[in-house]
Amino acid sequence: MPPLLEIAGLTVGYGWTGRPVVTIVRDVNLTVGAGEVVGIAGESGCGKTTLALAATGLLDPPGQILSGSVRYQGTDLMSLSPHELRALRLTEISMVFQASMNVLNPVMRIRSQFLTAMAAHGVDSSAEATKRAEETFDLVKIPRRFFDAYPHQLSGGMRQRAVIALALVLRPKLLLLDEPTTALDVVVQRSILQSLNDLRRELGFGIVFITHDLSLLVEIADRIAIMYAGAIVEDAPAKDLYQHPRHPYTSALMEAFPALGGERKKLEGISGQPPDLRRLPDGCSFAPRCPKVIAGTCDVIDPPTTGRDEGHLVVCHLYDEREAQVG
Amino acid sequence: MADSPVLDVRGLTKQYSVGRLGRRKTVHALSNIDLTVRKGEVLGLVGESGSGKTTFIRTVILLDRPTAGTIEVNGQERVPERPSARQVREHRRQVQMIFQDPYSSLDPLHTVRYSVGRPLRAFGIVPRHEQRAAIEELLEQVGLVPAVDFLRRYPYQLSGGQRQRVGIARALAAQPSVLLADEPTSMLDVSIRLSIMNLLLELRNSKSLSLVFVTHDLAGAYYMSDRIAIMYAGHLLEVGSGADVMGDPRHPYTQLLRKAAPDPEGDFGRDTRFEALGDPPDLTSLPAGCPFVPRCPFALRECKDALPEWRDVGAEHRVRCLLYDEPSTPGERE
Repeated sequence: MPPLLEIAGLTVGYGWTGRPVVTIVRDVNLTVGAGEVVGIAGESGCGKTTLALAATGLLDPPGQILSGSVRYQGTDLMSLSPHELRALRLTEISMVFQASMNVLNPVMRIRSQFLTAMAAHGVDSSAEATKRAEETFDLVKIPRRFFDAYPHQLSGGMRQRAVIALALVLRPKLLLLDEPTTALDVVVQRSILQSLNDLRRELGFGIVFITHDLSLLVEIADRIAIMYAGAIVEDAPAKDLYQHPRHPYTSALMEAFPALGGERKKLEGISGQPPDLRRLPDGCSFAPRCPKVIAGTCDVIDPPTTGRDEGHLVVCHLYDEREAQVG
Repeated sequence: MADSPVLDVRGLTKQYSVGRLGRRKTVHALSNIDLTVRKGEVLGLVGESGSGKTTFIRTVILLDRPTAGTIEVNGQERVPERPSARQVREHRRQVQMIFQDPYSSLDPLHTVRYSVGRPLRAFGIVPRHEQRAAIEELLEQVGLVPAVDFLRRYPYQLSGGQRQRVGIARALAAQPSVLLADEPTSMLDVSIRLSIMNLLLELRNSKSLSLVFVTHDLAGAYYMSDRIAIMYAGHLLEVGSGADVMGDPRHPYTQLLRKAAPDPEGDFGRDTRFEALGDPPDLTSLPAGCPFVPRCPFALRECKDALPEWRDVGAEHRVRCLLYDEPSTPGERE
């Protein structure tokens, strides 16, 4: 059986026809199995959101997929017509965005927004749609009385739950979450994430979870992919990545999050700034900021990909076996 | 570190009226806050949104007038009922603020040189002919080097982290003894956050500044703060050293916050469940007693009657909760 989502060699850029194209996502490979939670972490501007948009066919011009493929249960999403793609959304693949509190139409009651969305996917009977929507409200733990409310009558956390309910109302098999809780308080965030995790166990959908908050991701994801300057530099099981990070960027990103306890020591985080995507440095994009840079190698030669067989992939010269033998 | 309080806030209360005539309600944004900040100390003020953190800062710096309470700076009482314009000015020379949003807290029509120079002119810190040198020195202190390159830039020519540094330089220009930082890192990217926190810590060390660091990020508060104060619905519920409050949280609300914070060592799903713990408080109708009662898993009947007195649960670790033995003797404070 093919995996739920299989992204292979995906390269995405922005640029109008006839103008130079800036490559934002470079040669990304990522698979998501049924019921799996895959996290994608990285700094702002590393291409996380563009990757998610491209993977769900939501990329608008000037964004364009330059090469690679995205397969959903074996079907090539790029071969589908806009109409076919639309039919998949909400029923098979749903997405929750960062500012999704603002996704809801402020002048429509929540009920009509749910019914409109469901009618577009063939659930015409209002009674049937209401029943399904109310069941989903129960699942995300919003009292049913809010079904007839306007979005402004809900708190931020409640609105976020409503958007998640909308994403799940037709029971998709894949849910993409782009910073779904960044704007919320820790307690609200935790409670929403726990609901999501419970729902995933109950309904069995897969999740792609995009965030910059690596400490959160380590807790909830099965597997984590670390993105830097548009490329995945490390991809490993969450606990493995946390305990034995391989790529210097992953270690630096973890260093950027202070701990909740223990000895207080000065953290250095990541020095410097991400590279200009229009002018990527030669060799490894992280080399100019890397504390373990090997001069003459990292800034010249593209880093090799290793560890694929053991399920802990890293793209870094430090793990190049040939070099290790020489050195 | 001298123990004299630089900032001493007593009984600070702020209420707003909302709604039209006949449906008027009172929002209890701050209720009777006592808090001191010592020389060279970083005090982390932690709470959810709507807990009154920002109101506290705005009131302390007199952007909002307190409903009741006193604010002392360096032992001089400020803000009796109606401070004069001169008193407000003198107050703000000693107490400066760093804003949350570096994208809207700098005037887009003015250069860095103008923005950082304004406090110098307004408070007459240095003579006119020394201003440029003073501005350059300030920019260097906040890590904007070479300073000359930044003088003529406009905010749109700066990154978020650089803007926040300009905001810090502007606050430092007045040579304050207390800096109030309102979530100074929450709008910044992960890699920039730590550098701004490190900058604030360095400035504290080099200038023995006192800093109130407001945040909802517990790990950030722990990293930054000598002491941490936990705020909920306009009340302080727990105050203590960073290690005590984070390592041994006593108030049920602090315990809830601590458990809810992302923790890579944690095991998701097996921790305490939070759904049942209800919604943030309604500040227009707070319970008579402890504001956390509606969400508290340990609430007793007495909790609803009156706000518990402070109890000492360790050296400099105090909590406002009936679950812990005897109240502190009246009159005894920090």
